[in-house]
Amino acid sequence: MTPRGRGGNVTTGVERRTQHKYIPATDAEREEMLRTIGAASVEELFADIPSRVRLDRPLRLPPALSDPELMAQLRAMADANVHSDRAVCFLGAGAYDHYVPSVVWHLAGRGEFLTAYTPYQAELMQGELQAGYEYQSMLCEITGMGVANASMYDGASAAAEAAVMAKDLTGRGEVLVSTAVHPEYRQVIRTYTAPLGLRVTEIPYRHGLTDLDAVARALSPRTAAIIIQHPNFFGCLEDGAACAELAHRAGALLVCAVAEPLSLGILEPPGAWGADIVAGEGQPLGNHLNFGGPYLGMLATRQEFVRRIPGRLVGATVDAEGRRGFVLTLQTREQHIRREKASSNICTNEALLALAAAIYMASLGKAGFRKVSELNLRKAAYAREAIREIPKFRLAFEVPTFNEFVVRTPLAPEEVNRRLLAAGILGGAPLGRWYPELSDAWLVCVTEQRTKAEIDRLVALLEGFR
Amino acid sequence: MTPFDNAQGRPRDFPVIFDFSVPGRVGSSYPNPDVPDTPLEQLIPASQLRKEPAALPEVSELDVVRHYTRLSHRNFSIDEGFYPLGSCTMKYNPKIHEDAARLAGFARLHPYAPAEGAQGALRLICELEELLAEISGMDRVTFQPAAGAHGELTGLLMIRAYFETRGERRTKVIVPDSAHGTNPATAAMVGYQVVTVKSDARGNMDVRALREAMDGSVAAIMLTNPNTLGLFEEPILDVEEIVHRAGGQLYLDGANFNAVLGVTRPGDQGFDVMHMNLHKTFTTPHGGGGPGAGAVGVKAHLAPFLPVPVIERDGERFRLDDQRPQSIGKIRAFYGNFGNLVRAYAYIRSMGADGLRQVAETAVLNANYLLARLRSRFDLPYDRLCKHEFVLSGARQKRQHGVATRDMAKRILDYGFHAPTIYFPLIVEEAIMIEPTETESKRTLDEFADAMLAIAREAQDDPEVVKTAPHSTPVKRLDEVRAARQPDLRWKPR
Repeated sequence: MTPRGRGGNVTTGVERRTQHKYIPATDAEREEMLRTIGAASVEELFADIPSRVRLDRPLRLPPALSDPELMAQLRAMADANVHSDRAVCFLGAGAYDHYVPSVVWHLAGRGEFLTAYTPYQAELMQGELQAGYEYQSMLCEITGMGVANASMYDGASAAAEAAVMAKDLTGRGEVLVSTAVHPEYRQVIRTYTAPLGLRVTEIPYRHGLTDLDAVARALSPRTAAIIIQHPNFFGCLEDGAACAELAHRAGALLVCAVAEPLSLGILEPPGAWGADIVAGEGQPLGNHLNFGGPYLGMLATRQEFVRRIPGRLVGATVDAEGRRGFVLTLQTREQHIRREKASSNICTNEALLALAAAIYMASLGKAGFRKVSELNLRKAAYAREAIREIPKFRLAFEVPTFNEFVVRTPLAPEEVNRRLLAAGILGGAPLGRWYPELSDAWLVCVTEQRTKAEIDRLVALLEGFR
Repeated sequence: MTPFDNAQGRPRDFPVIFDFSVPGRVGSSYPNPDVPDTPLEQLIPASQLRKEPAALPEVSELDVVRHYTRLSHRNFSIDEGFYPLGSCTMKYNPKIHEDAARLAGFARLHPYAPAEGAQGALRLICELEELLAEISGMDRVTFQPAAGAHGELTGLLMIRAYFETRGERRTKVIVPDSAHGTNPATAAMVGYQVVTVKSDARGNMDVRALREAMDGSVAAIMLTNPNTLGLFEEPILDVEEIVHRAGGQLYLDGANFNAVLGVTRPGDQGFDVMHMNLHKTFTTPHGGGGPGAGAVGVKAHLAPFLPVPVIERDGERFRLDDQRPQSIGKIRAFYGNFGNLVRAYAYIRSMGADGLRQVAETAVLNANYLLARLRSRFDLPYDRLCKHEFVLSGARQKRQHGVATRDMAKRILDYGFHAPTIYFPLIVEEAIMIEPTETESKRTLDEFADAMLAIAREAQDDPEVVKTAPHSTPVKRLDEVRAARQPDLRWKPR
């Protein structure tokens, strides 16, 4: 940087400027405030910044846009995307196109929730604290676990934090991760665990399911946890109880990733068959696809592990008059108290999405949650059986599935998708990029959003692709 | 106030959603299956079928609307009032950003939509990278981290990978004693030993102590600038030289970047990697604790280690590139909190270069103004011009009147404001950290200053009213000890 005597274009004194709608200070008020401070100019307030590092020119940014111009530009960018209102979506693979009831974002989007911070002053923030407590409660109900935290970043990072938690709980140095776990979750688990010296050993799948014989062979006194996904990345239902038994016999924990929590409306929950930690993705619970984020990391575990859980926890207590109230609690686990000894560095989380998930679960209720889950199961089963009948298309795995299944296609799946997109259909995920042996495999997702007519149309198009 | 608050006798508990549950009531509407009604046991093995439905509440749509609307009334937000929470940058969150993020083309876009069907989203990410590279002086920017601490993790992992590639084994990370708790926690997550270096009497990093701590075993220093005292690190160029001469990397915790937008660029100060809290500096809403977005900028020598995928521009076409063999991998699924990228992009485009500069200038003006108004009644441990925030001490009130900073913070709530950040940074006794931001008017600042001065007087004349505050919030002071000793973390039927 070249030094400039006056430090670039810092305003000297108060000069005429464009009054911006987000910055209320007027020139007259600036003058008055400077007088109170005892400074001659705003420039003086920056005197502590060495001139050598001052920017001696304006930032090279495009000219400021007015609101109507800005909205037009953003709309043009949005319109360049093929979204799930424009194309019929058969794409899942960790992000799911579910119906979001109108109440969810009318309520979660209220400024009182949206523009609040982490509830450091509990007495003033009972709304979001209580909503967090309700979210934790409902998450425990759907997963069958004893305790849940107030949110993590997303399913993948929640799974990675679960791996680290298992290491801390067992004092062991290896996790076995099924290759039927979402490939991106596995990548994130590797990223988080590598610097801690936690070894990741991948367990192959067989017939679409985690190979339990391979698990049994790989288990050792070093194993901290087995990590499976259920339903797994291929949509197949794992034998979670058998995995849990294998893990526990070896003194290890079972971590169950749940990328599609709506499956829990119809499937026996992980807590009922012995999972020790459930790490999952809460996007399907009332949150939009958002091109991959913000999403909602879910983390639930056994009550006895509560002091090793990362992230925020909301707890009920009483106030000075004996009235129930809510606070952030067990904070001695957290970075702002424990610093380098904390259970995680997580601070900002996904509280607003947890709130949306709570509203979503409350709206669906006991019966609705099961009904939506069942709709997913039935519609996907119908699509699976119909695609199975198409000559040259076949199912990759003959095991029970929830709302996704893998199809082997006679054309490259990418080519199938190109043709479908031309017909207004967003096809499934080609699996070859993650599984070279599945380069002709295509992961199809059918949620409650799809109608029989849409499924029939997909099948009719596929019949023409032979 | 709701009808539940002022019942006779002992105040009634505000109900939880489960309290409204009545068997058989529904709050949602879904079609019956239009596909064959195959018995479930033929689709799923009986052993896998859920035996007991999840005990979610059975409530009507209006029950849900009313309950969560009432909860929203029991919350405090920027939309309602002044939120001088130091280090958190609670500035106004423009409404147009919400409309933009909710456009169907963004909100309903699947992350695995083929690139040809996601050009608008990829363009937005790519352009935002170009804008932030210019604003920060860094060469490349990733948006994968979901928050500031997640950005720290990403940055340190890249530094670690960089040294591994060079065959250097470095084991330590230096943090100042004024650092955010996330800094040491992150260093530990990346397997580094944390070395704390103290601050000097002016609130800067102690250069002599740094020189002693710095050697070939130190991978990086994590600095916040302006630091958590709200002070610009005056010896930044010395720090840069000491760290780089010993082969270390300079990490900037960009939580306070809003103070210097358009005035100085971290890249020009010599930082190798930094995170930017888009939910602070670039005004994406905090949502009660998230979602955030922690963009991480790096200099070119660290670019090979960026998380995958990166977004590349080929003229007017945009693509995802995950063929990067030196990458640290992924730190979450997909590409980051895209919805917040839309908001940050909208913000930068609506402010322009002049507007962003005004952000920094006005944030600093507002902070110095509040400081000038409050300094006579509170201790000021570091008496300097501040940047966007400043740290007072309540030590005088505690010593003279037995009124702790916690008590004064609770009392502020009675005056209709959120409290400042308290007891941070740790190096200031009874710390009170105030950040007004540029979006507050002089009138609001004056009202807040008047309230703080009134509380200082109360601490002297009527300490009990402060010690038993708050008095006007939906609940009185809450028993945090009980919450921790007898954890009640979920509702259970009574």
